Amino acid sequence: MKIYLKIWRQKDASTKGKIVDYTLDGIEGDMSFLEMLDILNEDLISKGEVPVEFDHDCREGICGTCSLQINGRPHGPDRLITACQLHMRSFNDGDTIVIEPFRAKAFPVIKDLIVDRNAFERIQQAGGFISVNTSGNTIDANTIPIRKENADKAFNAAACIGCGACVAACKNASAMLFTSAKVSQFALLPQGRIEAMERVQNMVRQMDLEGFGNCTNTGACEVECPKGISLENIARMNREYLSASLKG
Amino acid sequence: MSSLIKSSIARKVVMALSGLFLVLFLVLHVTINLTSVISPDTFNEWSHFMGYNGLVQYIMQPILIIGVIVHFVMGIVLELQNMQARTIKYTRYKGAANSPWVSRNMIITGLVVLAFLGLHFYDFWIHEMTYKYIEVHPEDPARYYTETVEKFAPIWRTVLYIISFGLLSLHLWHGFASSFQSMGLNNKYTPYIKSFTKAYALVVPLVFVFIAIYHHLNPITH
Repeated sequence: MKIYLKIWRQKDASTKGKIVDYTLDGIEGDMSFLEMLDILNEDLISKGEVPVEFDHDCREGICGTCSLQINGRPHGPDRLITACQLHMRSFNDGDTIVIEPFRAKAFPVIKDLIVDRNAFERIQQAGGFISVNTSGNTIDANTIPIRKENADKAFNAAACIGCGACVAACKNASAMLFTSAKVSQFALLPQGRIEAMERVQNMVRQMDLEGFGNCTNTGACEVECPKGISLENIARMNREYLSASLKG
Repeated sequence: MSSLIKSSIARKVVMALSGLFLVLFLVLHVTINLTSVISPDTFNEWSHFMGYNGLVQYIMQPILIIGVIVHFVMGIVLELQNMQARTIKYTRYKGAANSPWVSRNMIITGLVVLAFLGLHFYDFWIHEMTYKYIEVHPEDPARYYTETVEKFAPIWRTVLYIISFGLLSLHLWHGFASSFQSMGLNNKYTPYIKSFTKAYALVVPLVFVFIAIYHHLNPITH
């Protein structure tokens, strides 16, 4: 099939970017979206042009590296998948596809479709861990009984791959779904309760410092999250934060 | 506590609490208004009580005005911050694919309701303040019904009120249930809160609309 592409091209962080049109012919429905971009890049390289830079690593929806805003939605039109799991069969012959980087002040563009998501790393570093001495005296986690319901919820929150689709989808570029998943995965487990109060305060403080927007409960993040992280986590983080702030 | 005041979550809680307070106030307001359709005497009696009771006038009225101002100012602050969080806009953005229109446009519905409040204050509150404290008329417990009905005689005002109630309905449709999420409540009762929100957001503005139309169609004949 024939595909018309409109891709954000930006030389570097300090240069102004623009949308550039490309046309690709002979695209198969079984190709992945990133394969389609690979074909475009092969074509550009053969013409002596600069290929389109985009983030990718595992190409199986695990690593959270790919970060494309496709036709106005993070990771494209399909639910519960990342851009690398998207296939060209989701599009039709003659379609125009707009590809942009995830947009947020806290996610500055590095080049073309690649954005700097270190803001997420800094939020994690602010509290997304438990302080356990693992030097030879580690206790098996299974020795502490945990309610199945809590274990499942913590596991579901931990499924967050930190891709940034929640921020990209949110009209306010809010990072509440990401931060709340990282808070929840510990808050629900006894191992995480010890540092729970400082954790939620530090992670929320860092999230605010990074310049993400405020949550207005539109629910867009939950719909676009490739891992189906629930809005319940945001409520849990609000709860944790309020109780920690009032006690602290 | 100091971190609480500065944080994004705290700002949302302020929005939620002030919003819920206004939601509660609307119940009182619509109940009193409804008496104007059922019994003009009861309406006069209640309105006179609200207008001259010290607790209502000097404690509850200022709290209500502060509630409105806090909700409005915080709403603007949040909106400005949110605009700054994405300085370069998307060429294509499909918000409708993942979220309801009302949830994405609270600022629009909110600003329309605020503009309506300007007219509403001019119509009733400024009139009351002038009557009582500037022109210092003697108490007249029987004047409220006539004053209210006469306000709805012009079609333009009735239409403006109806449009505003429509926008208020949209604002409540998202805001009411959303305030519980902001305060950390999302559990097995959430579906009931959402259903109640929808019922509230439809019924309360519809009753206001009904009252406005009723008085427009049933003017006082002298």
